[in-house]
Amino acid sequence: MRGRGLDRPLLAATGILLVLGLLTLYSAGQTDFPTGVADIWKRQLVWVGVGSIAAGLAFRLSPRVLEWATPFAYAVAVFLLVLTLFFGTGAGTAAGTNSWLAIGGVRIGQPAEAAKLATILMLARYLSARREPPQTLVELMPPLILVSIPFVLVGIQPDLGSAMVFLGILFAGLFWVGVKARLLLLLASPLISLLLAFSTVSWGAWIVVLTVLLLWSRPYVFEGLTVWLTNVAMGVVALELWQRLAPYQQNRVLSFLNPELDPRATGWNIIQSRVAIGSGGILGKGFTEGTQKRLAFLPEQHTDFIFSVVGEEFGFLGVLVVLSLFVVLLMVLLRIARRATDAYSSALVIGVGGMLITHVLVNVGMTVGLMPIVGIPLPFFSYGGSFMLTCLIAIGLSLRVAWGSRLSGYADVSGEWRRT
Amino acid sequence: MSWLHPYDLARRASSVRIVTLLLFGVLVLAFFRIQVVAGGRYEVQSEENRLRPVVLPAPRGLVTDRNGVVLAENVPGYSVALLAPSAEVFRGTLERLAPLVPLDSQRIDELERRYVRAPTELVVILRDASFEVVSALEEQRPWNPGLVIQSDPKRRYPFGDMMAHVVGYVGEVTESELQEGVYPGARLGTVVGREGLEQRYDALLRGKDGQKFVEVDALGRTVREAQVVTTLEPEPGVTIRTSIDLELQRYIQESFPAGRRGAVVAMDPRTGEVIALYSAPSYDPNPFIGGYDPEQWRALAESEDFPLFNRATQARYAPASPWKLVLATMALGRGIVDMESHMTMPCTGGMRYYNRYFRCWRSDGHGSLTLFEAIQQSCDVYFYQLGLKLGLTNMLQDAGALGFREQSGIDLPNEYRPLFPPSTEYYNERYGRSGWTNAVTLNLAIGQGESAQTLVNMIRFYGMLASQDGDAPEPRLVPGDRGRMRSLGLSESHRQGLRDALLAVVDSGTAVGARIANLHIAGKTGTAQNPHGPDHGWFIAFAPVESATVVVGSIIEFAEHGSSVARLVTSVMAHWLLGPEAVPEGTPVPWLDILPDSAPEPVPILPDTALLNQRPDQAGTRAGPRTR
Repeated sequence: MRGRGLDRPLLAATGILLVLGLLTLYSAGQTDFPTGVADIWKRQLVWVGVGSIAAGLAFRLSPRVLEWATPFAYAVAVFLLVLTLFFGTGAGTAAGTNSWLAIGGVRIGQPAEAAKLATILMLARYLSARREPPQTLVELMPPLILVSIPFVLVGIQPDLGSAMVFLGILFAGLFWVGVKARLLLLLASPLISLLLAFSTVSWGAWIVVLTVLLLWSRPYVFEGLTVWLTNVAMGVVALELWQRLAPYQQNRVLSFLNPELDPRATGWNIIQSRVAIGSGGILGKGFTEGTQKRLAFLPEQHTDFIFSVVGEEFGFLGVLVVLSLFVVLLMVLLRIARRATDAYSSALVIGVGGMLITHVLVNVGMTVGLMPIVGIPLPFFSYGGSFMLTCLIAIGLSLRVAWGSRLSGYADVSGEWRRT
Repeated sequence: MSWLHPYDLARRASSVRIVTLLLFGVLVLAFFRIQVVAGGRYEVQSEENRLRPVVLPAPRGLVTDRNGVVLAENVPGYSVALLAPSAEVFRGTLERLAPLVPLDSQRIDELERRYVRAPTELVVILRDASFEVVSALEEQRPWNPGLVIQSDPKRRYPFGDMMAHVVGYVGEVTESELQEGVYPGARLGTVVGREGLEQRYDALLRGKDGQKFVEVDALGRTVREAQVVTTLEPEPGVTIRTSIDLELQRYIQESFPAGRRGAVVAMDPRTGEVIALYSAPSYDPNPFIGGYDPEQWRALAESEDFPLFNRATQARYAPASPWKLVLATMALGRGIVDMESHMTMPCTGGMRYYNRYFRCWRSDGHGSLTLFEAIQQSCDVYFYQLGLKLGLTNMLQDAGALGFREQSGIDLPNEYRPLFPPSTEYYNERYGRSGWTNAVTLNLAIGQGESAQTLVNMIRFYGMLASQDGDAPEPRLVPGDRGRMRSLGLSESHRQGLRDALLAVVDSGTAVGARIANLHIAGKTGTAQNPHGPDHGWFIAFAPVESATVVVGSIIEFAEHGSSVARLVTSVMAHWLLGPEAVPEGTPVPWLDILPDSAPEPVPILPDTALLNQRPDQAGTRAGPRTR
């Protein structure tokens, strides 16, 4: 089965991204005053090796076995998250949070990364087991709860960035199984209320829109009232929630809105990242030659802001290449999900896609100031063992799904359908 | 498994594809905007981020004496400067370093203000760091990454207090001076001349600072010299050769009576070149160049003796008896008298003028004298009458023509303007139209009253007397342009007569004790009354009288009598003209061994006599003698 049935585009896109990621990470370590990250690429190389082996094992795993094991994996992941809440430590760039699980002082990983994978599997299992997509908000409750448990556990670590990824996985999965867009909108409405609550006028307008939407879509009265009241409640508690945020989280949001507010402290990251990317111009300053990075102006250049190194050293062309590779990767995953032979496999691959696209959009958007600095890694680029492992296992699983559908010859049939 | 129907999946896949492409399209647009549209701006910003201009100070020009002996030089030194990413870090670093570098809180505030003005530029916190401080700071460097220690030549004055009033010293330009543009071309941190020749010739000495750029990282650590921007090499300052003779200056300092305040100036009357200029007490400028020790500075500035004060150019004294030559010049010039003229009244130890009695210094009187004899004997009664004969208006007018209301023009900064009433209106305004009488003329005639002259300006006048043609240039420490020539306006015979009279003063008159064998010295003693204590003594002389090559003048505060100053002046002359052997070194100048013949000045016998004279530094600003 090796070689013949492997999905070449997926392998190629992943492989190229891994190589570019390692090169960028190597460059990120090249500063004028050597720091601890100078040799970090070697450790990342080890993680790529370990991750590839794990991906190989995942590839050999039958989706049926996986489907059977999913609830156990989910339970273990949630257990680890709970454990992390009590025994977690901060480390590395996530020093302010308790996202690491350590045994005897040895950090063994970030359970949040494993939980992403487990949530993808669990959601896929639940959705694939249903004949029809959820039609009402009540029917949306089980998947919502399945995702909410790790979402909340990660969110109170606190790790807002990773929590956002769970939302990405949830919405991708729900849309893929055919949940109506307006239902998704109703589901997302409390979040929208929360965000808009900072301006009373915009929040008021949103409530009006929501009311119209509810009257038009005519859900059950109970449902409609719940959604409406939740939205109102969100608007009311928003300020309270805001005050409960840690000051660094508040600052991140504020400096996202206006980086010049405090250019030496909170806004520093965004400004320096933008200067690094902007000064790269069209062709970039050259491999390892980025001055912003070399002179330590660029913060967290090996994790959260590694894409700024790409922007500075390879310029706009480099950015285009890397983003295109990610788009290719996502399109390949979409194709695999579409041609999957069974519902579980299809939902699984879509979950992987949802996770990756959230990471890429939030991380890259953050470096240019389109997104608040929530600190989530860029797949295949940012330094980090747990996340590299998660991504490569996810790719391994997707390869298996692609392999399965190729063998069945189902692909051609779907092509027929598309043409009609 | 109905949701897995291929048709539905295909439909949703295309939606997903569109949404994905849209989202990535937004990202690409954002990058396009930053990298392609605004790339140039960010490129500049990243350059500014990392490049810091560092001033390469131009080596300051040297100052030498007339024989090329260096009076002000540059020695290797270190300056300590700081770069910081923010004002808080800047202040924190300073506070950490405060025990190593002496910094008080006032100085820290001042440096912080400077930092805020130009946050990307180096702020020099210590101009002249000792080796111990530098090595202590080097150890601190890991915790204070913005620390920049660079070699920075330091000014040194090898002769310290001997030359302080001539050469001056240097210091960092202040913010207010920058705002007022006192020093063109200076910028924050530039070392400029303060006082003396350092200040006067600052533009020449300073040269032009160069500039280089260093590349720094986010913590302000210097990485390397930037290669992309060209370095501007500094242009060294010009070496200035003065006319000062170090040996003579040294002799003056050594012979100057210990503990006395006063000044000595030696000048070549032919060229105006100043050969020596010494003011006592002096100070050593070396400790406070660059380094900043407020205690030390305060001690100097507030000392009772005002050592920072140049008594040759900045102190005004009543000109006293040396002024009698000025009066004689005016009278001769107007043809009122000649050298043989007698006055109406012979000297009987004083004379009556209306209701007041004006004394002569010699209470038993000089008898009837010619002008020649009156100068020789310094007879006050003679000059009272000469002053009345000349008239107040003429006296005021001629004083202006002879330059007694203007600075001598010596090339030293902050020279004080001598004071002499510009016209009779002065008295009207001061005392009212009927508040004063012609008796002021008598006081002015003998160099008292509302006249206050600097030593250097009196030297300039005696330079005219000494010169062959009656003309003299402005005094100059650095030979160059001669400035404004002034002329006595007397005939050759009159000048000869005055010179002979002055020669007689030293040969057989009031300064006879100051005679030097083999040297024809012409000079005039004087005693300026001083309400604050003993009188100030004057002596101004030139030699050799036939063709004078040097004028030496001195004033010593509280010296009691000018004749005691005379000995100092004549020995300085002998040292200069005859060589050091003439006055063996180490021989103390006999002090007060001459007859006290140059006289307590005559005073009106009135209750307000105590106010007759004024403090030299306030002369003219307080009420003068009221003669009712």
